[in-house]
Amino acid sequence: MPLPWQKKEKAVELIVSAVGFISVIILLLIGSFLFKEAFYVFYKAGVLKVIFGNAWYPTYDPPSFGMVPLIMGTLAVTILTAVMAIPLGLATAVYIAEIAHYRVKEFLKPLIEMLASFPSVVLGFFGMVVIAPILSNWLSPILSEKLPELLRSTEIPFISTSLADFFYNKLFISSGLNISTAALMLTVRAIPVISSIAEDALTAVPRTYREASYSLGASKWETIWKVVIPASVSGLSIAIILGIGTIIGETMIVLMVSGGAAVVPLWIFDPARPMPAAIAAEMAEAPYQSLHYHALFGVGAILFIITFVLSLLSDYISKRYRAVRIGEKV
Amino acid sequence: MRGGELIRRKRFNFKEGFFLSLVRTLGFTGAIILIGILFFIAYNGVRVLSWEFITQPPVDAMTKGGIFPVIIGTILLTFICMIVVIPIGVTTAIFLAEYSKRGFLLKTVMMSIYTLAGVPSVVFGLFGLAVFVVAFRFGMSLIAGSLTLAVMVLPYIISTSEEAIKAVPYSFREASLACGATKWQTIRKIVLPTAMPGILTGAILGTAKVSGETAPIMFTAAAFFTPGIPRSLLEPVMALPYHIYVLATAGTHIEETRPIQYGTALTLIILVLLMNLLGIILRMRKRVKRAW
Repeated sequence: MPLPWQKKEKAVELIVSAVGFISVIILLLIGSFLFKEAFYVFYKAGVLKVIFGNAWYPTYDPPSFGMVPLIMGTLAVTILTAVMAIPLGLATAVYIAEIAHYRVKEFLKPLIEMLASFPSVVLGFFGMVVIAPILSNWLSPILSEKLPELLRSTEIPFISTSLADFFYNKLFISSGLNISTAALMLTVRAIPVISSIAEDALTAVPRTYREASYSLGASKWETIWKVVIPASVSGLSIAIILGIGTIIGETMIVLMVSGGAAVVPLWIFDPARPMPAAIAAEMAEAPYQSLHYHALFGVGAILFIITFVLSLLSDYISKRYRAVRIGEKV
Repeated sequence: MRGGELIRRKRFNFKEGFFLSLVRTLGFTGAIILIGILFFIAYNGVRVLSWEFITQPPVDAMTKGGIFPVIIGTILLTFICMIVVIPIGVTTAIFLAEYSKRGFLLKTVMMSIYTLAGVPSVVFGLFGLAVFVVAFRFGMSLIAGSLTLAVMVLPYIISTSEEAIKAVPYSFREASLACGATKWQTIRKIVLPTAMPGILTGAILGTAKVSGETAPIMFTAAAFFTPGIPRSLLEPVMALPYHIYVLATAGTHIEETRPIQYGTALTLIILVLLMNLLGIILRMRKRVKRAW
């Protein structure tokens, strides 16, 4: 016969454990509701036609729900952003963890943390009112008019004609709302995510590694480049993966500045409609339970799968190499 | 011989200096951009910001007037979200830190928290639409939006609380158990009070995150315009981030309402950054004060 306090302890343990499982239930609910609502469009329009179709005309009659333009939009924006955000994020982490003076670090770290919770709608707004006009009104005339003129006047063979034509055709920015602007603002969003995880990975490298390196006569940069970074490469790759996850899922920035055209972007100044932007822009107009409504859930399901795979991948890396503790994502 | 060595050292120094200063420069980029954006929004927004702006409702199809109901909407959304998420998050953290045993179940819980943290915010919006708005029949409402935000911020609250609980030294627990306290008494009277500053810091930083989110409330709570502050949980609300988005992208008065957009953005930033600053200061004080 258990004593009263033993019963109470048991009851508390049961309640706490039950609450502990809420996150599992939520994840299952998210997955099942997304796929339940998405199922209909795949069933009605055909899985292959939806995933590999290259026309996204949800409001036409008959509508077409090919997701290739949306997926390519996300891919293009993600690649452009990754090219900028990964070096910047990792450099920020290396600077904070390895180079910065204690005082600078105390000041820079909270600032980067603030950047992490900076509302993305304000970043999108900034992209709209500042970056986009700069690109189309200021950068475009210089690159596509002044520069070709200058090149033509040089009369160097090849350069004066071909390169000038290239600049004239390719660097003309008709609208400031394009994937480059989106990538610039997404970079701002991704830097703090990448740098905070990468910084944890770098600080986790034991001090003795650095001391051994210095005692062998290596300089500061040699120690960073050849000892600290290789030792933390698994944590750094997790930082990159989670950074890419953030870029893919970021909604407000791509919604406001990527231009919104549901076509496959072929050049860095083309507009696009990445997947989150399509969901956010069209859900308000899609009639409840219409095929369009289900198609948007389909887009959400694909987004969910992508981020799920990225999470599994980073979890696998962290289990395998024990670099970053679980749950430290910003 | 000596000359060659000198040349080599010189080159070597150049490389060293080049890479170190490159990293130093790139490392400051994020901070510089943040300060730049802050100054730009502050410069343009401060002219609009006034007592009337934050205490008056919008008038004339939102081209004039203030943003009072918008601010109240964001505060309500965030507040209700936190009331829901903090008990669940802290209890989950207690489970993870104190009660869980290694094995398949713990792995599943950890994995789902980790995965939830990576789910895009717009997918949470879809989830909220399908579950809270449609299945629970809440409609576009304050409660649906708050719950959606709560689901979104849950992993963050769990991980910050767990960290705070795990930072309580094991000797504290041992001392309490040695005095004859039960496990639950130890958690309630010793572990939680000691971990409270850390838990609160996480909650405040979580609040900052939540109040700036747009995508999860777009289909679950946010209204283009409501005449006043909501009188029940089942009414839609206006919210600062959504207000910025709507004014900047929709309607025929985009240029006309630019000042209001700047003012709203500045209000949101002040709200978010003040909360952040509070959290960061709390954490620093805790680090200084800690005596063990």
